[in-house]
Amino acid sequence: MVDARGYSCPTPVIMVQKAVRDGAPATLEVAVDNQCSVENVTRFARNAGYQVQVSDLAGDFKLTLTK
Amino acid sequence: MEKENFAKRYGLLIGTGLAAGAAAVLLTYLGNPDNMGFCIACFLRDIAGALNLQRAGFDAEVGTGIVQYIRPEIIGLVLGSTAIAFARKEFRPKGGSSPMLRFVIAVFVMIGALVFLGCPLRMVIRIGGGDGNALVGLAGFVIGILIGIQFLTRGFSLRRAHPQSMAEGLAFPVLMLGLLGLLLAAPDFIFFSAKGPGSQAAPVLAALLVALMIGVLAQRSRLCMVGGIRDAVLFRDFRLISAFAAIILAVLIGNLALQKFTPGFTDQPIAHTEWLWNLLGMVLVGWGSVLLGGCPLRQLILAGEGNTDSAVTVTGFIVGAAISHNFGLASSGAGIGTGPVAAAVAAGFVVLAVISVTNMQKLEG
Repeated sequence: MVDARGYSCPTPVIMVQKAVRDGAPATLEVAVDNQCSVENVTRFARNAGYQVQVSDLAGDFKLTLTK
Repeated sequence: MEKENFAKRYGLLIGTGLAAGAAAVLLTYLGNPDNMGFCIACFLRDIAGALNLQRAGFDAEVGTGIVQYIRPEIIGLVLGSTAIAFARKEFRPKGGSSPMLRFVIAVFVMIGALVFLGCPLRMVIRIGGGDGNALVGLAGFVIGILIGIQFLTRGFSLRRAHPQSMAEGLAFPVLMLGLLGLLLAAPDFIFFSAKGPGSQAAPVLAALLVALMIGVLAQRSRLCMVGGIRDAVLFRDFRLISAFAAIILAVLIGNLALQKFTPGFTDQPIAHTEWLWNLLGMVLVGWGSVLLGGCPLRQLILAGEGNTDSAVTVTGFIVGAAISHNFGLASSGAGIGTGPVAAAVAAGFVVLAVISVTNMQKLEG
């Protein structure tokens, strides 16, 4: 899981970008703590060909990216 | 459905840009200085003046400086953000992401902005007014952002923020309410310029309402001048930069309609023609703002959402403005300041470089 909680954009997107580029995983879980990062990571992931599901993670957000 | 949502979000950004541009023209029409419907740097500088942290251009006859006023636009932007953040359950007090480094960066961003004479938002507004010097500033701004991005992609981060108490998150918005009280009560110990740019202002209520509205839109759309260019370069994402273009378009149309569009380099309102300093000032602003994660406008909006790192950043802007004017670093229509401008800008580059290099780390998942 990419834990980007506490980071503000664009860092979470850069972390996801790096994870995608390094391994091109079929599924990837990302944790963020603000709505703005949810939107930015979601947009980036969709552009990279992933489907995105957002769920609650103890008050924060968990994004599940699947190809 | 998701596609539709996407289009809606794109529309919101362009709509926000058009609204912000139109608001800037309107506020100038109502009394704000030319090409200064909004300027986060200038307005925070005016607030520093109102609190007597600087009295640039002090005139003993009238007893005030020329840039002293509690700008209701700043208050409105922050409180608009706070209101909509609460309404949408996005108000989350957090902070602790290198607050002191942010403070230092903010001081130099403000010094750079006042060498150029405007924050990125005013730069865009100046472009829409035909001010060619602002295009030079834009070139510097882009260079600064590109420098900042080199560090971002190599793992630069000011580290994680952590949840904070509600009281900590509310401190900054409440401070804005306090400023509003001082503006309305206008006690003797608060300074309002009798002449100069600080004396030119739209009516308080109009400025406050317009800014509240833009604050709401900016919070919803995440409008950011730095983010526009940064995301276009980093992610080929052109959403934020579309708002950037929309502001220029709205200001241009507004100025043409009011016959205030005057293309050129000389005799531009509250601007100077020393291109090297316009350029270098905005390199500082662009680089520093990338490190901070957003332009001065965005910092106000984030501070309104309970981000105390951004609140500290805005405090740094105010202190930076006081330093700029007290030590003759700020420019004026006549040219750059009479103080050690070159030394201050050079120091800014050294400080940003040191902070950039020493905060690169492996971003552990």
